[in-house]
Amino acid sequence: MSTAEQDRKEAPLEAGLRQEIAALAQHAGHKRAAGTDALKLVQKHFGYVSDRHLSEVAALLEMTPAELDSVATFYNLIFRRPVGRHVILLCDSVACWVMGATAARAQLHERLGIHPGETTADGRFTLLPIVCLGHCDHAPAMMIDENQYGDLDPAGLDAILEGYK
Amino acid sequence: MEKQLTAPLTAMIQPGGMPLDVTGYEHAGGYQGLRKALTMTPEAIIAEVKRSKLRGRGGGGFPTGRKWEAVPTGPGAPRQRYLVVNADEMEPCSFKDRLLLERTPHQMIEAVIISAFAIQADTAYIFVRAEYVLAIQRLTRAAAEAQSRGYLGADILGSGFTLTIHVHASGGRYICGESSALLTALEGRRPLPRSRPPRSAMSGLWGKPSVVNNVETLCNVPHIITRGADWFLGLSRCADGGTKLYGMSGRVKRPGLWELPLGTALIEILEEHAGGMQPGYECRAVLPGGGSTAFVMRDDFDVAMDFTSMRKVGSSVGTGNILALDDRRCPVGMLHNLEHFFAQESCGWCTPCRDGLPWVERILAAIEAGEGEAGDLDTLAHHVSFLHSDSTFCDLAPGAMAPLGSALKHFRAEFEQHIREKRCPWHDTAEGWA
Repeated sequence: MSTAEQDRKEAPLEAGLRQEIAALAQHAGHKRAAGTDALKLVQKHFGYVSDRHLSEVAALLEMTPAELDSVATFYNLIFRRPVGRHVILLCDSVACWVMGATAARAQLHERLGIHPGETTADGRFTLLPIVCLGHCDHAPAMMIDENQYGDLDPAGLDAILEGYK
Repeated sequence: MEKQLTAPLTAMIQPGGMPLDVTGYEHAGGYQGLRKALTMTPEAIIAEVKRSKLRGRGGGGFPTGRKWEAVPTGPGAPRQRYLVVNADEMEPCSFKDRLLLERTPHQMIEAVIISAFAIQADTAYIFVRAEYVLAIQRLTRAAAEAQSRGYLGADILGSGFTLTIHVHASGGRYICGESSALLTALEGRRPLPRSRPPRSAMSGLWGKPSVVNNVETLCNVPHIITRGADWFLGLSRCADGGTKLYGMSGRVKRPGLWELPLGTALIEILEEHAGGMQPGYECRAVLPGGGSTAFVMRDDFDVAMDFTSMRKVGSSVGTGNILALDDRRCPVGMLHNLEHFFAQESCGWCTPCRDGLPWVERILAAIEAGEGEAGDLDTLAHHVSFLHSDSTFCDLAPGAMAPLGSALKHFRAEFEQHIREKRCPWHDTAEGWA
């Protein structure tokens, strides 16, 4: 992460974002009900939810930081640590296991040098395991960012990775 | 010809992948169920759904009409109620609700409006798992289109009935599919399951009467209202009404989903619809309806996939999405994968589940790695007998024990072979692509 980027992630939430979160809280009726949406909004902007931003969101929703963190840390898709530019969600559930997900994971490790939970040194990819993606008729399956891929095979997997810089 | 409609849930799915927009859906007969429902009383709608013998398609199989009926009505009842759609499809090897959400979003919206009217709820939530990006986009769009045509919002089609639908994207966790945890998640709290009683129908979201129904369950409702309970009962091959979105994955020739009469035989789904196994693979057993269902062995493949018949072979319909275990994959390895999932997704609230599932996972990992010990199978069996619904807070751990209990029975020889030979007999094929 460059210094400028680091500074941005450590800076207070901009007024626009704070307004968006306030609007979510308004729309939700009960402020705390906007928690997941607000955390995701922050994550969309910064890639993850830093301690500082978590505290700010909690204040906007009239929750304690600990309360909001108990929600944030519960979810598989709220990231409380920095991630790479692209997040690979590789399905590790049983239909994909039957269809070769273990081999897909091994190939990703070979190409990118990372195990599940790790980020490449160049910050290009974070690899995370994900529970059944509901794409079982095209197993093995994965997502990269918001895009879904199925019927993975050795050549196809390499070609997909090429599309993410 | 309309009377002969035999696959109502999927009839409006277009080739090519795009869903019908509101105009296309109307031309295909959409929102007729809603128009008719608004001329009926809520009680009459509930009575018709009860008569149709529609049972929950999310795994529980609870009669839908009875669930709705449990919501208090009358002058003393709370005015605020909620209808909640459980679209948090995360049961391993289940992918049926995704099809309905992505390809027939207006059917989902119409179903929500009618069902909310039946329980007189003015607010509905569709709780969708975050990974279903396309489903969230399409539902949001469909709700906006419905609103623009007067099907949603204030005074729907001049009936005086008002409804708002919120499409909520989850943060991602299996336990959110447990209906009381789902409600807790919607409230913005750490989504732990709730103690019952009280049931959600009495005290659910924000302490108000709430009904939580599965996607596929609700999508049947507009058709029941349009065509009637007798027609719906005639669709099935068993005492309960309707069709089922059966699915199949694993090493079959044509993995996929098919809307078939409820009670279609497992062997028919495997052989005729999925095309049988790929050359070189044999089907040893199946998980018939997700990771929380017990294995069904080859000798029982002629079983009808309905709620009653599946009990007779020691399993359940679950989500009706079948996974084949072939002869090139290790049953112990498969169990290890399943129990890893359940241990990871345990919410950690109650001790038997929080401590028991990781213990089970570690034992299975050891057996698979050739480090199993003589007493391990007894320890696993102890967990199966202990982690039942009387000792745990919700059904996650009992669900996790369903495949394990049946595997200890049916794959006993394979477990013992791992321990005796101190290796996995499938070691050579366990980690390959094929």
